[in-house]
Amino acid sequence: MSEVVVSGVIKRYGRVTALAGVDLRVPSGRLTAVLGPSGCGKTTLLRCLAGFERLDAGEIRIDGALVAGGGRHLPTHRRNIAVVPQEGALFPHLNVADNVGYGLDRATRRSDRIAEVLALVGLAGFGARMPHELSGGQQQRVAVARALAPRPSVVLLDEPFSALDAGLRAGLRHDVRDALRADGATGVLVTHDQGEALSVADQVVVLRDGRVIQAAAPATVYREPANPWVAEFVGDAVLLPADVEQGVARTALGLVPVTGAVPDGPVTVLVRPEQVRLTAGTGGVTATVLRHDFHGHDALVGLGLPDGTRITARVLDGGAPVALGGEVTVRVDGAARAFPADASVGRPVPTPVRLVG
Amino acid sequence: MAVALIPLVYLAVRTAEAGADRIAAELWTERVGLLALRSLGLAGVVTVACVLLGVGTAFLVTRTDLPARRLFAVLAALPLAVPTYIAAFAWVSTAPRLEGFWPAALVLTLCSYPYVLLPVAAALRGADPAQEEVSRSLGRSGWRTFTAVTLRQVRPATAAGALLVALYVLSDFGAVSILRAETFTRAIFVSFDLGFDRTGALVLSGVLVALTVLLLGGETTTRRRGARYARLSGARRPASRLSLGPARWPAMAVLVVVAVLALGVPAASLGRRLAAGTSRPGALPEVLTAAGNSLTVSLAGAALTMLLALPLGLLAARAPGPLTTALDRLAYLGHALPGVVIGLSLIFFGINVAYPLYQTRWLLALAYATLFLPLAVGAVASAAAQSPARLEEVARSLGRGPWTVLRTVTLPLILPGIGAGAALVFLTGMKELPATLLLRPTGTDTLATELWTSTSVGAYAAAAPYAVLLVVISALPTWLLVARSGLLDKEKRVHQ
Repeated sequence: MSEVVVSGVIKRYGRVTALAGVDLRVPSGRLTAVLGPSGCGKTTLLRCLAGFERLDAGEIRIDGALVAGGGRHLPTHRRNIAVVPQEGALFPHLNVADNVGYGLDRATRRSDRIAEVLALVGLAGFGARMPHELSGGQQQRVAVARALAPRPSVVLLDEPFSALDAGLRAGLRHDVRDALRADGATGVLVTHDQGEALSVADQVVVLRDGRVIQAAAPATVYREPANPWVAEFVGDAVLLPADVEQGVARTALGLVPVTGAVPDGPVTVLVRPEQVRLTAGTGGVTATVLRHDFHGHDALVGLGLPDGTRITARVLDGGAPVALGGEVTVRVDGAARAFPADASVGRPVPTPVRLVG
Repeated sequence: MAVALIPLVYLAVRTAEAGADRIAAELWTERVGLLALRSLGLAGVVTVACVLLGVGTAFLVTRTDLPARRLFAVLAALPLAVPTYIAAFAWVSTAPRLEGFWPAALVLTLCSYPYVLLPVAAALRGADPAQEEVSRSLGRSGWRTFTAVTLRQVRPATAAGALLVALYVLSDFGAVSILRAETFTRAIFVSFDLGFDRTGALVLSGVLVALTVLLLGGETTTRRRGARYARLSGARRPASRLSLGPARWPAMAVLVVVAVLALGVPAASLGRRLAAGTSRPGALPEVLTAAGNSLTVSLAGAALTMLLALPLGLLAARAPGPLTTALDRLAYLGHALPGVVIGLSLIFFGINVAYPLYQTRWLLALAYATLFLPLAVGAVASAAAQSPARLEEVARSLGRGPWTVLRTVTLPLILPGIGAGAALVFLTGMKELPATLLLRPTGTDTLATELWTSTSVGAYAAAAPYAVLLVVISALPTWLLVARSGLLDKEKRVHQ
């Protein structure tokens, strides 16, 4: 078991408060993504976990043992953690095998652990190469293998894929997730890419202004975000003002059932664009097509409602073709999530669209 | 740093002791005025000539289709390997009546234009070609793009090179002395050597240091502006080469003439004198003794310098801030503090404060440490940058303690740079002339001082072996500098 428990952690740099009381539980053997916009404190949190920074308050426990807090600061090299930094940071004077074996003791280095983790990241037989002979993606894989090799309690990954091409990134992050899983490692992945967090993590922790806003499974964070800000941060969102009456919200898109027990009164409801269905027939609200952004696998359609509200719908490619300026009927599929009306953070309506052509 | 500052502080104290009237009497004379004018004039003329020659050559060898570019790049950088006093000796021994201001300007220009060439060539290679392409696409002609974009891209490098040249000329002692151009350094040495005119020498030294500080201050402004010329992100891509067409032959002719004047003349002269000189029996043991002496004092100097430089350089690299900036400025002071002034102040320091050191090699080693400490600190600091803090963090996270990290990561990465720095200090010490002349223990002759002694009595043939050995020694750090500037790199560099 190598559970990490962070409680009430505060970290200040001069007058700037980077972490304003973070509570967090990283379950053993799982990958937890810490997701947040730049400047939210996620890298600071990782540096505190690693022991590169001292806490101003709060405590961190790994496997139940206090590593930081209460005047104690276990130095990095005694924490049994391993870091994979953004740019890999391979030791340039050591070959791949020596890099991977850096954290191993003499006996383990002679065993086949090095070959084992190299195979795990898909680089079997690369041991004799020097770091500069590898591509960016390969360097990153070696950095992951190096972190896994000593079987640390926790592997800390600091935006390890952000410097790579989009195509390479998707493949590598799933390989890395599989490698961590195969090795039974506990991982903390820091990222600002919500797609990355949702697709690879077992748990997503949303951080904003040094505080944890929500910590839940990816699907929960997407479907039941803690507030409208999280809703917009983790994906495209249609946020509409509405009135709830007996579990049904009256919105510009018609009547939509809301999830959970919501008291009657004004609310803001979240509808995901893929819940907005376009139909040719009647039985819904009429909307004008303002915009059509083709994405290959799907398309985002910008719509104007009769009352002036603008919304976005996601349609799968192959669906009925829509003409700019044409009229369609829209209805909402499934239930919407409701937030108290005054808790609305950010824009109440999606990005205004411009009529093209 | 305190060690480096002792002589300067001491110099100020001793000068002040002489009293205001005495100083004023020494200072406000026609001779000091003339010396100042001539020193500044020489620095000005040489700097302008070096900028023209250096920038022009750098552009030709990096950005045009000039034939045999790499050969010319090496030829243009090689004059760095010829200490100015050897070039001056070569010219005087070829044409004995060559002396005064203009010959000194010619010799100094030929020896020091690489100080402009190397940084400018590196800047031209590193500059973002996209800026030039944008300028061309906006309708600017090739020439207007060159003046409006290219020259401005390399302006910080040009300014830095020009500053080096100006400081170098102000502190040069050997060439101006051999060519009998009356400047501050020569006047200081003569007034000390002949008359033991302590106050006169001290006042002149003070004026020279003041001029140096003025130059440094003036350059700081350019430097701040230079910070804006940061390269935007993007892959490193070589610039397209300008096709010279028929103009390539005159361009080549100019480079050939410069190479012949800067390298051919000294080579021919040394070769001839060497051939004449080796027939004289008994020369070899003397040369060997001098070489041995050079070797030991330079080794002692290099060891002392690196000992002082290691903690300073590591500190500067690990804790950036005002200290780092100050050290950066001090790197220039290394070229700026004239060896004559350091030598002189250490003599007084040795006689009055550290008498046991006086007339020993250790005082000379201390002089080298003072002169070359900034050079060594710079080398250590840039070597330390080879081991970024991020790597050490990763190593610690893998369970290695601080000492193990130092041994297995930091040291292996920075040792080559530190070794190069030590070699640079050692070799620079080998060819140092004025401080060595003033501080060597009586009876101890080094290659540089033997050459000096032979030259001043007109024994050119006797001087030749020392000169040849010194050129060979100086060629090594030059090679290091050239290799580091990227002049010799292959066209395409693969960056990970």
